[in-house]
Amino acid sequence: MSYLEYNTKYVPTGLRKVLHLNWPIILLLIAVASAGFLMLYSVAGGSMTPWVAPQMERFALGMVLMIIVAMVPIWFWRNMAFVAYGGSLLLLLGVEFFGEVRMGAQRWIDIGFMRLQPSELTKITLVMFLAAYYDWLPNKKTSHPLWVVIPVLFILAPTMLVLSQPDLGTALLLLIGGATVMFLAGVHWAYFATVIGGGVAAIVAVFQSRGTPWQLLQDYQYRRIDTFLDPANDPLGAGYHITQAKIALGSGGWTGRGFMQGTQSRLNFLPEKHTDFIFTTLAEEFGFVGASTLLVLYLLIVLFCIISAFGNRDRFASLLTLGIAMTFFLFFAVNMAMVTGLAPVVGVPLPLVSYGGSAMLVLLVAFGLVQSAHVHRPR
Amino acid sequence: MKRSAKDVIASTSTISRRALVMGGAQLGVIGALGWRLQSMQVEQADEFRLLAEENRINIRLLPPSRGLIFDRNGIAIAANEQNYRVVMVREDAGDVGEVLAKLTEIVDINPANLSRAMEEMRRRSPFVPVTIADRLSWEDVAQINLNTPALPGIQAEVGLSRVYPWGADLAHVVGYVGPVSDYDLSRIDDADPLLQIPKFQIGKTGAENKLEHTLRGSAGTRRIEVNAAGRIMRELDRQEGDPGKDIQLTLDSRLQSYVQARLDGESAGAVVIDLENGDLRAIASAPAFDPNLFVRGISVPDWTALNEDKYRPLAAKAVQGTYPPGSTFKMVTVMAAMEAGLVTPDETVYCPGFTDVFNIRFHCWKRGGHGNIDLHESLKQSCDCYYYEIAQRVGIDKMAEMARKLGLGVRHDLPLSAVAEGLAPDKEWKSRVRGEEWRIGDTVNASIGQGYVLTSPLQLAVMTARIATGREITPRLIRLIDGVEQPSGLGESLGINENTLRRIRASMVDVCNHRRGTAYGSRIMDDAHKMAGKTGTSQVRRITPEERAAGVTSNEDLPWERRDHALFVGYAPFDNPRYAVSVIVEHGGGGSRAAAPIARDIILQAQYGGPPPLEAYPTSVRDQIAEQQRRIEARVPPGAKGRDRV
Repeated sequence: MSYLEYNTKYVPTGLRKVLHLNWPIILLLIAVASAGFLMLYSVAGGSMTPWVAPQMERFALGMVLMIIVAMVPIWFWRNMAFVAYGGSLLLLLGVEFFGEVRMGAQRWIDIGFMRLQPSELTKITLVMFLAAYYDWLPNKKTSHPLWVVIPVLFILAPTMLVLSQPDLGTALLLLIGGATVMFLAGVHWAYFATVIGGGVAAIVAVFQSRGTPWQLLQDYQYRRIDTFLDPANDPLGAGYHITQAKIALGSGGWTGRGFMQGTQSRLNFLPEKHTDFIFTTLAEEFGFVGASTLLVLYLLIVLFCIISAFGNRDRFASLLTLGIAMTFFLFFAVNMAMVTGLAPVVGVPLPLVSYGGSAMLVLLVAFGLVQSAHVHRPR
Repeated sequence: MKRSAKDVIASTSTISRRALVMGGAQLGVIGALGWRLQSMQVEQADEFRLLAEENRINIRLLPPSRGLIFDRNGIAIAANEQNYRVVMVREDAGDVGEVLAKLTEIVDINPANLSRAMEEMRRRSPFVPVTIADRLSWEDVAQINLNTPALPGIQAEVGLSRVYPWGADLAHVVGYVGPVSDYDLSRIDDADPLLQIPKFQIGKTGAENKLEHTLRGSAGTRRIEVNAAGRIMRELDRQEGDPGKDIQLTLDSRLQSYVQARLDGESAGAVVIDLENGDLRAIASAPAFDPNLFVRGISVPDWTALNEDKYRPLAAKAVQGTYPPGSTFKMVTVMAAMEAGLVTPDETVYCPGFTDVFNIRFHCWKRGGHGNIDLHESLKQSCDCYYYEIAQRVGIDKMAEMARKLGLGVRHDLPLSAVAEGLAPDKEWKSRVRGEEWRIGDTVNASIGQGYVLTSPLQLAVMTARIATGREITPRLIRLIDGVEQPSGLGESLGINENTLRRIRASMVDVCNHRRGTAYGSRIMDDAHKMAGKTGTSQVRRITPEERAAGVTSNEDLPWERRDHALFVGYAPFDNPRYAVSVIVEHGGGGSRAAAPIARDIILQAQYGGPPPLEAYPTSVRDQIAEQQRRIEARVPPGAKGRDRV
């Protein structure tokens, strides 16, 4: 369905579009971001610097970008999908050759006013591209092997680049996010069954290859897997982070130790407490009540996206909305699973809460796309 | 591409169906996360809370101040002295080298300590205080405090360290403290957390060691909050410990100091017992050592000197040393015989100067013999043959029984290191330990305190105390613990026939006061303070028949370690006994010449509570005594050193 078929008569125009934004999602985003400000204030020892003020500025900038993206008709974004995908792939290649190495990983590219993490951008552009691809592809070709291999290649290209940075977490997110869009578009179950079977075989191969000359992963990745399987094994070394995170989380109890009273974060026992492990500070200071409230807020954001997609007959718009919802879900679910010791520590931040510029901007732009799809839905 | 309406509907319903599956999967994941949060934050919350508290709370011990030890007059013999040290906190110092250079201009600091401190500072976190110098004077500390602005990161701290004001005079009794070692920890079964403090001082020898638990007190605690790097953030609470309990000993430090001075130059031991309650008034061993050297950490040359001295300064001879008692054992032999009814006081034995027992000849010390001799004269003149005879009648088992009754061959329970048990041998002992049958010759040897018999000066003093009182006197060293009086050492009657005791005492009086008594030279002229006693000379070598035929070599012609031990036991006043004394001079020669004069001086000093008047001495020795008293008084009492004491 192309934009020519939209009954544009009923699509709001001009400033009236603002009234048709998906306001519950906006309010939920503000609520989650505010929880982030509160926690950044707490881990800074009750100070706006060094984290809260820049984070607020970026959030404001991100909200403005979101509204701008929302105002632009969704069919424009669909036509831009291939360009966006191609651009982010080029940026990934750029990182490969010109990237800045930080903390053992090559992830950043300096673009003047800020440092950009192209892998963040790719999460969204990949989803955009796949949604556009399935919008273009006739229904009956969806499960044809040739038309399945093509999107798989488009998913694997950025995934392999990200994996080589190396950033296992983002690579997995890209893979699952892309596969989700394919799944939603209606690709036959059998493909997924095959891939999952192959994945299990691959995991076995990864473990079997350890210590041999054809070892498939880096040593540090194997060590993270070991730590995940038994963090108590190495409580002062590799397992220290996760052990301390679990202590912080568990010691919160029902209602927490109180705002700025979390001893684990205040006394620096927590690692990366303003970025990847910020959820543990929240869980420590506000307890089960606070942690599950945040979980519910996240769930509501995903839920409103799904509801919006259900009411949208445009194939591109609903696939894009669901794909972004899944990406967002993967973000916070992997982060929470990581800090609660259910998943290995792969370096995924908590969306909108963890301190960090490019992740937040990219995410808010993605929600701008969701809003655009919502505003310009066929009526 | 244009889609048909049918296509759009099919596509929308596929997406919706698949979206429901996706949503379901997401709900499943959310459910797992929620369950995980619930199980950690609700079910296991207490465990994690505990772990968090363990992370942040450190418990530091506050060492208690060690209990003091006083003598019977309340004079301190082990005290705590304020000890100043300088510590440095690296992060406050800025330029460490510059600050240390300034510090060395102000106070004198050993370069070795300085480099050790700098090494330690490099190794440890910047906020940990590191000791730069220890045992500084108050003047040094005042100088440092005055220059505080120029010395960032430098702080003066005050601690307590042990000091023994009487120095060597009470070294063997009080002992000394030292830092707890791995060896101590492996040897003692003590869960006290204080022992885990590095360099915590515990009693190593003597009363400091044996009364450790009373003196130590218990640790206080300080709960502090630390961050992940170990930096102290704040103190949460503080609980003071109990200081160690003070102890008052029965010793009289002035008498003890006098005895040490009197024994000076000899290798000797002496014990004074108060007969009213068994109080040990003095337990001296010479030569002694300065326990303060050990508290500070003794240097290698000092340690070598103490260890290689043939007079063995580290040995507490008065309680640890065991010696053949020689003739001082004759009271035991004769009392055993009298109590068994095997000898009467009037019966005489003929002494030709030797006794043959189954072809072995045992000699009397007097070559020509004493002729016919009765009990009284035998003790007074210390005739050996008399005892050879009566010992054969009474047998070793009854003698050993009497020895134990009088406190020989038994370990007296005193809070001192290695209190000797000695040996009162009997038939059972020899077959058990030596695997040999007891021979009659062994009995004959034992009758004059030779052979297997071994006693310590302490045991001999107890024996004398029991003979003088007829009661079971047990020695007592602790008078008060934390102000509580300890049980008296004055026991019940020994159950020895009063007639026996009277006879023995009368003989002991004549030993010292009759012209023909062996200790007549050491008599006391003052009627109210006269002494009774018994001399002893014990051989440490065998005299061969050839040597005896040629004339026994005199002690002066022998090397020191082959000379006889000189012994004397006595009590005074002779008619109303108050003090018992025993003296052993290792390889000192004859008891009457080497040991009795020392015992006389000690017991006079005890009775007068200070230097006795010269009139108490026979005129012939007064000049010599006056000279001796001057010499001892001129000796600076170690306790006179004045320092800040707590």
